[in-house]
Amino acid sequence: MDIQVQNLTKIYGNQRAVDDISFMVRTGEVLGFLGPNGAGKTTTLKAIATFLVPEKGKINVGKYDTAEQPETVKRHIGYMPENNPLYGDMPVIDYLHFTAAIQGVPKKMIRERIGEMIRVCGLEDEKHKNINELSKGYQQRVGLAQALIHDPAVLILDEPTSGLDPNQIIEIRELIRKIGKAKTVILSSHILAEVEATCDRIMIINKGRIVADGTAGELRKQAQGKEILQVTIEDGTPDEVFGRLQELDTVETVDFIRNKANSFEIQSKNDVSSRRGIFGLCRENNWVLTEMSVTETKLEDIFRELTMN
Amino acid sequence: MKNIWIIAKREFSSFFNSLTAYIMLILFLGISGLFTWFIGRDIFFIKEASLQVFFSIAYWTLFFFIPAITMRLIAEEKKSGTIELLLTKPVSDWQVVLGKFSATLGLVIVALLLTLPYYITVSLVGPIDHGATITAYLGLILMSAAYISIGLFASSLTSNQIIGFLLALTIGIFFQILFSIFSGLMSGFFSELFHYLNLSTHFESISRGVLDSRNIIFFLSIVFTGMVLTEANLAKSRL
Repeated sequence: MDIQVQNLTKIYGNQRAVDDISFMVRTGEVLGFLGPNGAGKTTTLKAIATFLVPEKGKINVGKYDTAEQPETVKRHIGYMPENNPLYGDMPVIDYLHFTAAIQGVPKKMIRERIGEMIRVCGLEDEKHKNINELSKGYQQRVGLAQALIHDPAVLILDEPTSGLDPNQIIEIRELIRKIGKAKTVILSSHILAEVEATCDRIMIINKGRIVADGTAGELRKQAQGKEILQVTIEDGTPDEVFGRLQELDTVETVDFIRNKANSFEIQSKNDVSSRRGIFGLCRENNWVLTEMSVTETKLEDIFRELTMN
Repeated sequence: MKNIWIIAKREFSSFFNSLTAYIMLILFLGISGLFTWFIGRDIFFIKEASLQVFFSIAYWTLFFFIPAITMRLIAEEKKSGTIELLLTKPVSDWQVVLGKFSATLGLVIVALLLTLPYYITVSLVGPIDHGATITAYLGLILMSAAYISIGLFASSLTSNQIIGFLLALTIGIFFQILFSIFSGLMSGFFSELFHYLNLSTHFESISRGVLDSRNIIFFLSIVFTGMVLTEANLAKSRL
């Protein structure tokens, strides 16, 4: 089931939490929703889950409009809100039973679905405990189990791995990947590595607007127009080396690297490499090139560049 | 209908999970039992085979207890965020309101059922007016329904349970005594109006055995108004 968001706008007071954004998520796609705190991620997800009525815009889940047929949309969505709220005073199994019933799982199927969810989410030993007695990691699994209990076509997860330890994060990610193959999944996060590890596509949102959209590779390529090198050149005076490096045709900027003698950070112009030029320069002047490494543009840098201004 | 039942069932069992139900049942039976049988103008003092004493005690006990049960209904869900989870399930706001309402009314009815031994005991010792007793029970249920609806509305206004409790009590006190005082202070139309709004007038006439549709309509309209306002509040939270 596709999700289609058109010109979504949500205003709180005089602040535009989400400002006229449009995007589409196709069946089988796992979309990572990335952005700094307060960028509008949660607001967008709430609107898709029908918990918020937007000021403007249209959201379709499959062929159903969230404003016109909210009940039908809700039947097809599995939603895990931010902070994973759950009825703490209920035992896990009773809670899952309640969710299954209210999601309209047929009575005969309920036991089977609960059994399946307990197995998939690894809740076997915890199923009779009250939810508020569980550790955060297990609560997160209960949150995921309740979102999946009716086998929804669309899964919306708001920061599904927040507060988990590294092992749990990896488990949850694998679970999402596994489930995500046949479903449409949107998950939000502000952890880049997580989004890169789980998602087919990344969308970066800042101040309520989409600032980047594509696969991790595409985003990297976009930002990687400029090559960045770290070099260490010995036997020349730093000022002279600095001057000569700047004269190279392919070089855009040169910086000293602090706390590291004779080292420079060199940024090339668009789409050209300075590596051969630097080596040639060293040979000409009898300098010794002791280090040269390419700094790969990290998603972190792209993220910072797009969301800091 | 099915969704209302599912929500009500969960809510009802959570009364028992959180001890609220046990405390409320024990206190209700304790207080009403004590005053009906042992203290003050009890049954042996008035020397009549009648449960009037019990009904007037229950009338006040329920007045205080119902806000204590209803205060958490929505406020707690708002505070913990589970309201978001509930409202993104395929249920309507009305089903949520009706489910929570029925669960609470169910708990009150359980409390009243547990007082049936009083009725049986009194009917064994003397000629009790069965008709009046049954309508008085009905009156208690109607009055509870009205206060539950008010409590539900109060709970939907806040995410703080204590505020939910005090608000419900504040609105309730108008119907319980203040309107009757206003009515006495004024004359003409307003006196009539406040007299009509005074809940005890209606309760007393039902508990005397008079089943007048005007009284029933009075209670049901409070129930209805409370629910409409609660539903409006839930809908407003989405904007």
